[in-house]
Amino acid sequence: MTALIDLKNVNKYYGDYHALRDVSLEIAQGEFFSLLGPSGCGKTTLLRTIAGFEDPSDGTLHIAGADMNGVPANARPTNMVFQSYAIFPHLTVAENVGFGLRKSPSSKTDKMKSVEEALEMVGLKGFGGRAAHALSGGQRQRVALARALILKPKVLLLDEPLSALDKKLREQMQSELRRLQRQVGITFILVTHDQEEALIMSDRVAVMFEGEIAQLADPQTLYKRPLSRKVGDFIGVMNFLPAAVRNATAIELDVAGLGPVTIAPDQAPSTAKTGPAEVGIRPEMMSILFEGEPDRETIAEGIIKDRAYYGDMTYYDVHLKNVDQPITISMKNIIGRPVLDIGDTARVSWDARSLVLFSD
Amino acid sequence: MLSRLAGMDAPLAILNTENKKGLALISAPLGYVIAMLAVPLAAILLISFWTQDFQTFDTTPTLNNYREAVTDPLYRELLFRSIRIAGLVTLVTVLLAFPIAYFISFHVAPSRKSLWLFLITIPFWTSYLIRVFLWKVILGFNGVLNSGLQTVGIIDEPLTFILYNANAVVITLAHAFAPFAILPIFVALEKIDRSLLEASQDLGESKLSTFFRVTLPLAMPGVVAAVLIVFIPTIGDYVTPRLVGGPDGLMIANMIQVQFLRLNNAPMGATLAVIAMVSVSLIALLFVALNRRYLRGPR
Repeated sequence: MTALIDLKNVNKYYGDYHALRDVSLEIAQGEFFSLLGPSGCGKTTLLRTIAGFEDPSDGTLHIAGADMNGVPANARPTNMVFQSYAIFPHLTVAENVGFGLRKSPSSKTDKMKSVEEALEMVGLKGFGGRAAHALSGGQRQRVALARALILKPKVLLLDEPLSALDKKLREQMQSELRRLQRQVGITFILVTHDQEEALIMSDRVAVMFEGEIAQLADPQTLYKRPLSRKVGDFIGVMNFLPAAVRNATAIELDVAGLGPVTIAPDQAPSTAKTGPAEVGIRPEMMSILFEGEPDRETIAEGIIKDRAYYGDMTYYDVHLKNVDQPITISMKNIIGRPVLDIGDTARVSWDARSLVLFSD
Repeated sequence: MLSRLAGMDAPLAILNTENKKGLALISAPLGYVIAMLAVPLAAILLISFWTQDFQTFDTTPTLNNYREAVTDPLYRELLFRSIRIAGLVTLVTVLLAFPIAYFISFHVAPSRKSLWLFLITIPFWTSYLIRVFLWKVILGFNGVLNSGLQTVGIIDEPLTFILYNANAVVITLAHAFAPFAILPIFVALEKIDRSLLEASQDLGESKLSTFFRVTLPLAMPGVVAAVLIVFIPTIGDYVTPRLVGGPDGLMIANMIQVQFLRLNNAPMGATLAVIAMVSVSLIALLFVALNRRYLRGPR
């Protein structure tokens, strides 16, 4: 089984600027794939390269086995949902959705029928006659989706399609997009800077920094086992503690504030060697024991420096003994658990299995 | 009762302060426009219903002038010729202006666009009259063009179809009005979201068909503006046909001038002016309506 999309050693230069650095990537048929990264990391350039709006400076791109070198955007089996949606303002909703059908050999009534079906699929049944400029942001996005999906592309490319929507609508569209993708079975490639969105929607995520893929993994691996401090920092919240590796094969370390720990090989990079390093731990992987709770095996002492109450959660900044930087710990506000005050002492319970070692 | 009074007071208060302020602000230009535009127009309209009685006006209202203007083949020919020449000038100007506007909008680096627009306005640094004279020098029997072509041996006899006829009027006016056509088209092209063009290509259209399906329809407001800006003044142009038009290139404005100043028949001149104005208005309205209906232009 060959990959539907196969990029090999793709580079892109704009003058001196190196926008894509040796990107190699395989995306399977039917996958929901995300390109995640901060602005300027090259994720949009990569998407536009797949769409055919940018030519790679070197490297190869195959879609469904066909070399895309020199194939213009209008001849590629890809369609795109643009960040601005790019709805044609001089056309009606139906004319927008049917825009790409001009060359299709099917009859006019068939075309109108498929436009109706596409509109129904995105929940805009009966909107066909409306003027495009009279639509709301969410509706424009649905039109853009229908317009791309009606052509039954092999790959649908989405360039930050949800960034212009408000939070409620964005969350609704996230699940709707996911449902739609499962329904049509088309490969989706989503560009986003929102790590939560990438985790929620994707089968796999490629995290990009400065034109390079820093890590390519499924959402759980990405969150639990980031390969670098940068990835761990970008995805969610992560605390970093200085550490010293004593034994690189058995992976024994001393972690500031936590003491001596032994971790499993999959929690450390294969390049780990003895000497100074860093350990990452997620805020929800630690907990503050409250009065009356029995002591656990692994406890660190600390003082609460700050707290933020979110309703369902409380975030504490805790100063551990012998650690300069405070660490963040999140606690669910379950029944009977008090919200602690600034200045209280905290017994912090943690688990060696939730640590990740970084050697960079 | 009190609330009703308050409700009635509020709009009156707005009328008193806001409207007074507004009226005060526009009174000076309004007075100027009334004195210099509305009054003369009303006078022309009024005089067109009078008749010339040697040195004085016979002020009995009559439609005789209009009857004569419509039936006399000379006047009709001049009006139709004016419309034809203005239409041709508009067509040539807009067709030449569009590629220039397109080039500046799509192919000139953003930092250099203002420089290009500045260059386009350079012809305005010379007076309109002098530019018309220059075309006379270029197109004349012994002009730059003819002597140049004769020197290099392309022609033996001077070309005569380029001066003192309608062609010369079209060439001269098209050159004079080119910047007026370029600017509105450029503005309309600048406003087009470039991702629309990518979307069109993404949906299977080539660059050429994208131009006809997306770029041109979206640029139509600018094209319509250019057409009106060129057509309306050229139909009434007087200087260019006078200087380079010869007998076959004379237009309705020249006849109006003749009626007023040579034949001492101001009522007939006024009638021709009114007919010309009405024709221009009708054609302009028709064009805007057609554009809205068929080309999905400005909304």
